[in-house]
Amino acid sequence: MSNNNASFVRTEMLGSQEPPTSERGAIKWVRENLFSSALNSILTLLGVAAIYLIISGSLPWFLHGVWNASSMGECRQIVADNYGEGASGACWAMIHERWHQYMFGFYPRELYWRPVTAFALMIVSLAPVLYYNNRRTDTVMTGVVSVLLMLALWGVNTPGSVFAAVFLLFAVIVAVARVAPKYLVWVTILFPAVGFLLLWGGSVWSPVGAMAGFVLIGITYSLTKDRLGVPVGTGVGVIIASIWWLFIQSHVTGPLASAMNLGFEKVDSDQFGGFLLAFVIGVTAISASLPVGILLALGRRSDMPLIKALSVGFIEFIRGVPLITMLFTASLLLQYFLPPQTKFDLILRVIILVTVFSAAYIAEVIRGGLAALPKGQYEAADALGLDYWQAQRLIIMPQALKISIPGIVSSFIGLFKDTTLVALVGLADPLQGITKIVRADINWKGIYWEPYIFVGLIFFVVCFSMSRYSMYLENKLKRDHR
Amino acid sequence: MSDPHAVTREINRSQMQVSDEVAIQITSMNKWYGAFHVLRDINMTVNRGERIVICGPSGSGKSTLIRCINRLEEHQSGQIIVDGTELTNDLKNIDKVRSEVGMVFQHFNLFPHLTILENCTLAPIWVRKTPRKEAEEVAMHFLEKVKIPEQALKYPGQLSGGQQQRVAIARSLCMKPRIMLFDEPTSALDPEMIKEVLDTMIELAEEGMTMLCVTHEMGFAQAVANRVIFMDQGQIVEQNEPKAFFNNPQSDRTKLFLSQILGH
Repeated sequence: MSNNNASFVRTEMLGSQEPPTSERGAIKWVRENLFSSALNSILTLLGVAAIYLIISGSLPWFLHGVWNASSMGECRQIVADNYGEGASGACWAMIHERWHQYMFGFYPRELYWRPVTAFALMIVSLAPVLYYNNRRTDTVMTGVVSVLLMLALWGVNTPGSVFAAVFLLFAVIVAVARVAPKYLVWVTILFPAVGFLLLWGGSVWSPVGAMAGFVLIGITYSLTKDRLGVPVGTGVGVIIASIWWLFIQSHVTGPLASAMNLGFEKVDSDQFGGFLLAFVIGVTAISASLPVGILLALGRRSDMPLIKALSVGFIEFIRGVPLITMLFTASLLLQYFLPPQTKFDLILRVIILVTVFSAAYIAEVIRGGLAALPKGQYEAADALGLDYWQAQRLIIMPQALKISIPGIVSSFIGLFKDTTLVALVGLADPLQGITKIVRADINWKGIYWEPYIFVGLIFFVVCFSMSRYSMYLENKLKRDHR
Repeated sequence: MSDPHAVTREINRSQMQVSDEVAIQITSMNKWYGAFHVLRDINMTVNRGERIVICGPSGSGKSTLIRCINRLEEHQSGQIIVDGTELTNDLKNIDKVRSEVGMVFQHFNLFPHLTILENCTLAPIWVRKTPRKEAEEVAMHFLEKVKIPEQALKYPGQLSGGQQQRVAIARSLCMKPRIMLFDEPTSALDPEMIKEVLDTMIELAEEGMTMLCVTHEMGFAQAVANRVIFMDQGQIVEQNEPKAFFNNPQSDRTKLFLSQILGH
């Protein structure tokens, strides 16, 4: 085409050629990402130097770690013996010796099988909620949980009869997962009562009585919803259940308990601690705050002025008060206001306030999701004749919650980490409470990094899993441009 | 007149009969948005089997009018009686009317998180309490009717605009409505997709469905409608049979409107 001739016909099509080496593979990546300009090159070199300094400083400490020792002094001695005077080394022996406190706090050692079994049941009960029911995954999951549980029970020296009973229970669960996975939902439904019973012990009849209240709500609702509508029906149900809980339940469960004394040894709330405490508070508050948050978000968008005002007031008040203030309220003030004999468990009070706190944030996250939905979705649902609650449940919430997943999971992660704040009201959380106790021990005086690294790592694993789960969910629910 | 969507095929009029039975009765109805008087003294009777096209410049209140018929908008005075049920604040009546009246929107408003089939079966299952299996059979019947049964298991986001609008029509039909409202069903579509939606609507008309369509498709109006209503500034300015309406408009406002939309 050099001859400036306007007319041109290609006679042969060009094949594609390999790009030059500078535009290929690792070289291209390094050039583009690390050395694209002079400033960039300097920053890269500085970064490499910083990483080197951090690793060269800390790696020996990790590598020199001691796993078997009975005190800090012994640790230092072993490090000095093996790596020379002045060498530094981590003293993981502390964790080796105190792991049970980090996990269970002051929970009686011979009863460790109870929280362990409760934890395994919790995982089984979460499955139908977090994943779609599927025979294969359910079987594999329950199978793996059972095997791990058996190993853990063996590890915490469970008595033989208990071991056999739990083994039988999980054999049934695996069989159900294999044969009829949809019935696993019953594990989820019963878990609040079973979990409570396993953790705190006491008579079987109190959790049964508490569950009976929920059954009452369900019955009242299904009997009245056609005549009274969903909100009023539920409201009447809640009132009847409250009457049951407050005035009738104790008169029924008391005689039952004396007639047939079934139950476990009682464990007090102040014996809870470590990650057991963090999980009890975190998991309960997470599962309770989502429904409360949804209701608050709907309330805030309601046409009814009273409901709207109450929701707005509640959300704004809770968001305006620091969590620590509320925890102090939970531990001190409530006790002043309630009648002197009322025994209102401290963990329960903390759970209620943490739930309320996180529900207010979740309500706002969900409100964002609701606001992002086009008006047409509401109109289409209305035009098809769906009533308000059907439209919310089938059309609006599935979409709004999907939009809000990242925000909701952030709130959950924040909530789980905030469980460490209960140290301020005297509960033995893993980070502050237990670590303080360990460091107060004369044997472990001067230990500093190890407990925090250990606790931090476990928190990281849990929070990172939540974050990955949210990404999995977002991907799974992606519906457009597929 | 150069209408790209002029209906060229023969319309089968054997079923298209207007009965004496009143389907919708609107009497001196007024509506305000705040201080703005959008609908002014609307009086209108629709008999069963009528196919009415409502046209008019934008902001003339035509969409608002048909949205009042299934109470997506509330009217402040006057009376709307649909199939013998008066629309008041009574939620029971509103739900009853809504389950009898199908509506198709400009922007389809399909539910993006549900498959096409689930979109169609949702209302029959939850509102009509139809067993799932039966609802799915009905849905497949109507999806075949709008010629997209093979898309049943896809999600709305995977379909073209025209296909989505046909699904929206099928979704309404699954509730077996006695009246269908169309709110500018083709306005959001690419030109080549308008025809497939209009064809579906024509077939519906041929089966004797009572239809109210807000549309600017004058070819459709001429071929199918038995009455054309022209609205401006919230009031009904002129209504007539299509032939008379297009060939011999009476009011100046109508003449101006027709010359603008048909003039090019």
